[in-house]
Order: sequence, then C-alpha cells, then structure tokens
Amino acid sequence: MAADLSEAVKKSGNGGNPLSQKSESLTKDAFRRLLKNRAAVIGGIIIILLYLMMIFADKIAPYDYATQVLSEQNAVPPWLTKLFPVMEPYAKPPVDNPNKYILGADYVGRDLLSRIIYGSRVSLIIAIIGPLISLIIGVLYGCIAGFFGGRVDNFMMRIVDILYAFPGLLFTILLMTFFRTALSKPDPGTFGEALSFLDNSLGGMLFIIIGIGLTAWETMARLTRGQVLSIKEKEFVEAARSIGSTDSRIMFKHILPNIIGPLVISETLAIPGYINTEAFLSFIGLGVNPPTPSWGSMISDGSKVVRTYPNQTIFPALMLALTMFAFNFLGDGLRDALDPQMRGKS
Amino acid sequence: MGRYIIRRLLYMFLVILVVSVITFGLMHSVPGGPFDKEKPLPKEIIANLEKRYHLDQPLPVQYLQYLKDLAVPRISTTKFPNSIDADALFKFKIGKYYIRWVNFGPSYSSRSRTVNDMLRDQLPISIQLGFLAFSVAVLIGMPLGILAALKQNSWVDYTSMTMAIFGVSVPVIVLGPILVWIFGVSLKVLPVTGWGSKPPFALGIFSTVHGWKYWQYAIMPMFALGLSSSASIARLTRASLLQVIREDYIRTAREKGLRERSIVVKHALKNSLIPVITIMGPMFAGLLTGTFVTETIFGIPGMGRYFVNSITNRDYPVIMGTVLIYAIFLVLCNLIVDLVYGFLDPRIRFE
Repeated sequence: MAADLSEAVKKSGNGGNPLSQKSESLTKDAFRRLLKNRAAVIGGIIIILLYLMMIFADKIAPYDYATQVLSEQNAVPPWLTKLFPVMEPYAKPPVDNPNKYILGADYVGRDLLSRIIYGSRVSLIIAIIGPLISLIIGVLYGCIAGFFGGRVDNFMMRIVDILYAFPGLLFTILLMTFFRTALSKPDPGTFGEALSFLDNSLGGMLFIIIGIGLTAWETMARLTRGQVLSIKEKEFVEAARSIGSTDSRIMFKHILPNIIGPLVISETLAIPGYINTEAFLSFIGLGVNPPTPSWGSMISDGSKVVRTYPNQTIFPALMLALTMFAFNFLGDGLRDALDPQMRGKS
Repeated sequence: MGRYIIRRLLYMFLVILVVSVITFGLMHSVPGGPFDKEKPLPKEIIANLEKRYHLDQPLPVQYLQYLKDLAVPRISTTKFPNSIDADALFKFKIGKYYIRWVNFGPSYSSRSRTVNDMLRDQLPISIQLGFLAFSVAVLIGMPLGILAALKQNSWVDYTSMTMAIFGVSVPVIVLGPILVWIFGVSLKVLPVTGWGSKPPFALGIFSTVHGWKYWQYAIMPMFALGLSSSASIARLTRASLLQVIREDYIRTAREKGLRERSIVVKHALKNSLIPVITIMGPMFAGLLTGTFVTETIFGIPGMGRYFVNSITNRDYPVIMGTVLIYAIFLVLCNLIVDLVYGFLDPRIRFE
C-alpha cells in the first residue's frame, strides 16, 4: 500500500516528497489561467495597443483634431468611394492629394483618423477613472455599513435604496449639468475654480467622470456590504478583535484584503458600461466640449449624414465596439481566471 | 402577501417622495433660470413670467404647490376651463362632479403644451419602444441561453456565447447607425426615421396602427436597443441553468425516468430563472431610459429629446415629471421582480 502511494507520488513528478511541491501563489495561478484564455489575451493586447495609441496620440495622428479646412468638408478618399458606392454622387477627394485623409474628413473638414485617435482619450480615461471612483466610494460605504451593522447599516442602505430609485442615466445627466453650470463662473481662488480649470483643460471630461462615478457606486456598495456581512463573523476577525485591534484596522487590514478580489473583478466587468455611458452622453450632446473629439460625439455628428457619408459614422462606431469587445473579453477572462467557479456567469 | 405589498408600496411612495425632493433641490440649485436667453429679456417681463409660473415664491412653497397639483384631485361642479393650469392627466366625471387629477404642470419652453401633454403623446411611444426592445431581449436571449446550456461545449454553445459577447459589446449608438445604413440606406427596405403610431393611443399606451405600417418603423429600433440586453440575458440564463442542472433533485428526476423535456421545463428552468428575473427589473427600466438615444438615431418622437432639452432649458416641470415617472417605473419593476421571486421559489417568504 505504502509502496503504491510512493509510486503514485513519484509518477506525479515531484521527486517523491509531496511536501516539496512548490505551491503556486493564487495570483500566479490565475495569471497562468488568464494567459491560456485566448480571447482574454487578445482583448488585453488590444487594450494595451489602444492605450499606447492614446498616450502617443500627438505623435501618431497625421493632423490636429481641431483644425478645420472648410474647402475639404466631407472629403472622401477614392478607396472609400469604392467601398461604399453610395457616396459616389457626393464624394469629392481633396484636390491637391486625393489620399490626404485616409478615412475622410468630417463636416467641417477635420481629419477623421486624427479625431478617432484623439477621441480614444475620453473613452479610455473613463474606463480607468470611472471604476476607480465607484470602487473607492462603494467599497468604503459598503464596508462601513456592513461592519457596523444595526442602525448605521439600516440608515446607509436606505440611502442606497433611494439612489437606486433614480433612473441612473437621468441622474447622471442631472448631476453633470449641475456641476458644469454651478462651476461655470467660479469665484476666483476657490476649489470650484480649480475644478473648473481642470475640467476645461480636460475638454469637459472631469464633470462627466464625476457624474458617472457618483451614480455608479451603489451596486458596489451593496456588493461590498454583503461580502463584509458574510466575513465579519469569521474567527480571524474575532481573533483580531480579541487582541485589541481598532475597528479601522480590522476593516482595512483584515476584512478588506479578503473581499477585494471579487469586487475588483465585478468592477472590471462594468468597464464597458462606463465607456458606453460616456459615448451615450456625448451622443446626446452632453459630453465633452467641442472641439474635443469623443467617439460618441463623432458618431452623433456622423449619424446626421449617414445617408451620404457613412464613413463618418462607421469608423468611430467600429472603434467604440472594438474597445468594448476588448474590455469585455479581458474582464470575462479575468473573472474566469481568478474565480473558476464563476465561469460563464455574466 | 397583501400586507407585504402594501408595506412595499408605502415604502416606494416614501422613496419617490425623497427622489422628488432631491431632484427639485438639485435642479433649482443650478444657477440660471428658465427665462435666461442669449439676449436677456427685460426685467419686468422676467418678473411677470416668474409670477405666472409661481417662481417668485420661496422654494418650499413651490415644492408643496407642485406636490399638491400632482396628488390632490381637483373637484368642481362646473366644467373646467380648457386652460393649461387646469390640465391634468386624468379627467373624468362622477355624477355631477368634474374631477381632474395628477397635473404635472406646464412646460416653460412651450406656451401651449404641458408636461401632461408630453406624457400623453410622447411617453407611450417610448414605452412601446422600450417594451418591444425588452421582448427582443427576452425572446432571443432566453432560448439562446437555454440551448447553449443544454448543449454545453458543443458548437451551439460556443457560437451562441461568442455571439453574446459580441452582442454585449455593441451598444445602441453603434448598432443603430449601422442598421440604418444597411437596411435604410443601402437596401432601402425599411424607413430610416419615424414611428408608426401617433397619438391618441388606445388606453393611453397602445398603438392604434397595426401590421406592417407599425412594424416597418419598429423593427430596427427595437433590435438596436434590445440586442445587447438579449446577449446578457443569454449568458446569465446559460450560467444559471448549468448550475441548476447539476443539482441533486435534477438527478433524482432523471433517475425517476422522467422525460428530458419535462426535467428541463418543469424542474430546471423554473429554478434557474431566479437570477435572470433579478436583472430583468433594472434591465427593463434601463431599456426605457435607453430609448432616449435610440429615439435620436431613428428620429422617433418619444420622450428623449424633451428630457435632454428640458435640462439645458431649465424647464423644471419637464425635468421633475420625467425623473419622477421613470423613478416610479423603476421601483415598480423592482417590486414586480420581488413578487415573481415568490412564485418561482416558494421558499422565499414575504415579510
């Protein structure tokens, strides 16, 4: 019997000593699983490329995103006219060089390709900061509510209930308009002026981020609270308490590290939602300030002339879809890798 | 059960009340008023306009006045004049009393239209679109998810789940213009803009136009809006069904020699629906607000445009009305979801 066992151990190939088996750390293991997932890897590569494109936008983009060449309005290069024969009657390539604009120019003669490249900024920045804001607020809020329980919990969760009753998008729009107009003429030397200045230099992006971030944390708060409730009665919390740890120490040193993983994953899965919301806001004209490009506002401008110049809609739309694919694939892969039991759940 | 519903309704009422206070406070704290124009109006005119719409009164008074118009029915023995002030969503007559109830107030940006008009003429279109998109989501998503789960790891599963990921990643603002371009511009089989039915609507919501005349306008927007939700329903249905199908009671049912179909339909499906139902409530509400963009793309005369314009115009009653109506939809959806739980899983008790 014992011989069988040692035989089996030998076969498993770790030198016959089961204790010498190197245990893989959870992160390493997860990373290995992630690399096996082809879709996730492709998504990750696309995301890296997109961020590189965003960082080096001013090096890659052939033209400035705001320079208008009115004589070259709606210019279309010849290869696009071949691809979309609908444009035949309307399409005029620029006179000096027909292929001057690879993807064409928009209704005031701005290069589409350059605008698409610069437009990635908004979506890709929202994809990082939106989840970050919602994670910070939501996790703190949920932690406090779940940890203290009782009346505090009750009160805090009722507030979340109320915020839940707000139709999300309408509330985002309302908040955004509130911040934007309230700080449109700030008193000099105040915090408001700093915010307003920051917003202007970001092309109006700051208040979109604030609006989206402030409405998106409720789900995170509920999730965190649930996790905290399930973990705070565990022995190790009791042990920490018995040696006199403070509440905040227990919360941040003992509970938080144990629950943060799934929370981050669920926030990763929400990223396409943030990108979508920003595109939506820009589409209805409440997004970034012109002439700052954003894929949403480009699609909106383009869809007005989709009958004559489909290229003005289709290319930014494809970029938006590509970005969302990539984040969806990566998010799915991350979730499957870190939490194999959750595989396939949306 | 009855007591549970009543308690929930009361709680809902409270929540809506708080929502209305917050919205009211937020929109009035935004600097600027509804009558600020590019070229400023004379002071006297603004004063008159503000008096006309009671904007000169203190905010709490304005708020209470708004609530009173909204909730307290007006009863009179004589006919109401046909004016904006006396307009209401419900107008009826009991005995010799004329009753008008639920007045959402005037719209500042239009002299002749009230928010009630908007809710009568535009909201039904948005609801129709939202509901159609929701049907698309459920009718495509659930069968796809079930099929994928039953044939797990087959080509059916892989194709439908890959399609689902693509579906989730294609938002309305991408799918909409592309659909318009393919079916409206290139193939010219569907009209590019418009909506089939016009007010007045049957029972206040339903279209009076039927058949192709209605559907030719509805097909593209409802798919554009509903497809991404159908993808998330498909994924969730698949995951939840896969989990349920491994439970002991399914094995028991199989050992008893039940037919596969009745195992799936009667035993597995019902139990696997719970997580799916959970997201359906918020999803329906999301689709209702999602109609805003869809309406812009397809030129549908729904609520969307009015809400967006109302915010930039500080059209307070329109903002309040829209937010309140959609908030009511949202909480009602959640209540219905909770009630359906009890039907699907009798172990869940209402307390």
